Amino acid sequence: MRIKEHPILGFKPRETIKFTFDGKTYQGLAGDTVASALHAAGVRKLSESIHRKRPRGFYCAIGNCASCNMIVNGAPNVRTCITPLEEGMDVRMQHGKGRVE
Amino acid sequence: MKTTECLIVGAGPAGMRAAKRLLDVGAEVTLIDRSDMLGGQLTKQTHMFFGSEKQHASKRGIDIMQLMIDEITNHPKLTVINNATVVAMYKDRVVGYVIGEQYHRIQAKAIVLAAGASEKAIPFENNDLPGVYAAGAVQTLMNVYGVKPGHKVLMVGSGNIGLIVTYQLLQADVEVVKLIEAADSIGGYLVHASKIKRLGVDIETNMSVKRAIGKDEVEAAEIWRLDEAWQGIEGTEEIIDCDVICMAVGLAPLTELLQQMGAKIMYVRELGGNVPIIDKDHRTSIERVYACGDMAGIEEASSAMMTGEITGLSAALDLGHAVENYDQEVARLRQELANLRDGPHGEKIRQGLKKLGVLS
Repeated sequence: MRIKEHPILGFKPRETIKFTFDGKTYQGLAGDTVASALHAAGVRKLSESIHRKRPRGFYCAIGNCASCNMIVNGAPNVRTCITPLEEGMDVRMQHGKGRVE
Repeated sequence: MKTTECLIVGAGPAGMRAAKRLLDVGAEVTLIDRSDMLGGQLTKQTHMFFGSEKQHASKRGIDIMQLMIDEITNHPKLTVINNATVVAMYKDRVVGYVIGEQYHRIQAKAIVLAAGASEKAIPFENNDLPGVYAAGAVQTLMNVYGVKPGHKVLMVGSGNIGLIVTYQLLQADVEVVKLIEAADSIGGYLVHASKIKRLGVDIETNMSVKRAIGKDEVEAAEIWRLDEAWQGIEGTEEIIDCDVICMAVGLAPLTELLQQMGAKIMYVRELGGNVPIIDKDHRTSIERVYACGDMAGIEEASSAMMTGEITGLSAALDLGHAVENYDQEVARLRQELANLRDGPHGEKIRQGLKKLGVLS
């Protein structure tokens, strides 16, 4: 799902970053957010609605809407569309409301 | 608690231009933004801008952004706070913001709010399925991260955003199956519409989405024809093979922070919804608190730059700075804004500003 050629934007080669989503290993690129890396890997369902468990995905991409909230390195309600991807991140789908430990 | 002379919330075109004007007259400025870079939504505007040369017409949004960043970066009186989300504002101009998990406070003598807008949605069955994306999000995904939103897109809305994002999808080698518009005519500039029509995109008016189809994500869309009252007509349904439904159905100003402060707000449909009540110099109902850019009414980025400049100048004046040729400068900026808002495309904005009492 990566753009390979673009008439205006030059996307330079970028380093790969390994992370896990629900235990499975994925690869993103330097400069990705958690959500953009997942989307590029074809993962579109990022969360569930709290009560009716309806699938939720990317929506606003700028941290406004909470549709992409996930558990990142154990912390719930992380807005993954504005969270830079880091090597070794543990990303999980959030079921229901998060808890403050 | 930290203090600053003027705090600017939002480093998009309006906020950066306000900062420039304030810095020019010797004010001390703190610019706060939730992103890790400056530029706001200009970071994804790869198309060339219209307007006059003063607003850098025929330059691309991303290049205009760089010019504005260069104008203010490294200024000794500017402090930039990135990755910071403003979450609280009080009448004594104390502002609370969060960086990571840390809460901070800062008090300002004046606050310029340039927080921008959020995208609207329209109601239809399954409009919450993954694959139903706001047009700005599609732009961000493609132009900032280099990721395609999907393979086949149904674009909803023919305003300039819908038309431009359609073009940008084609540039990223993504198929746009159809562009539909609920009104009876194309909303944006015809020059943009003609460009995408020439590239083979079918534009249909009086049409809307009936439902998104799919279990865990969008697998198709059902669209239908609308009557004069914008109600769907049974029997006109059509299934569109697509994996993305891109919503370009307008923006709403982000006025929550001002509402928290108790500023006076008014609903003005033509300006995108709730907007702060401001005077001609962009003062809100709270002393030394200002609003500009899309947050004060949805317009184009070029207008946001202009309203940012006017706001920066009035804040500078209220803070007691000597602003050379203030009257002439503001008159010139108002004239440029009037030019941008001229013609049939500016009609809606002009109506809205009249309701707000800013235009006579």
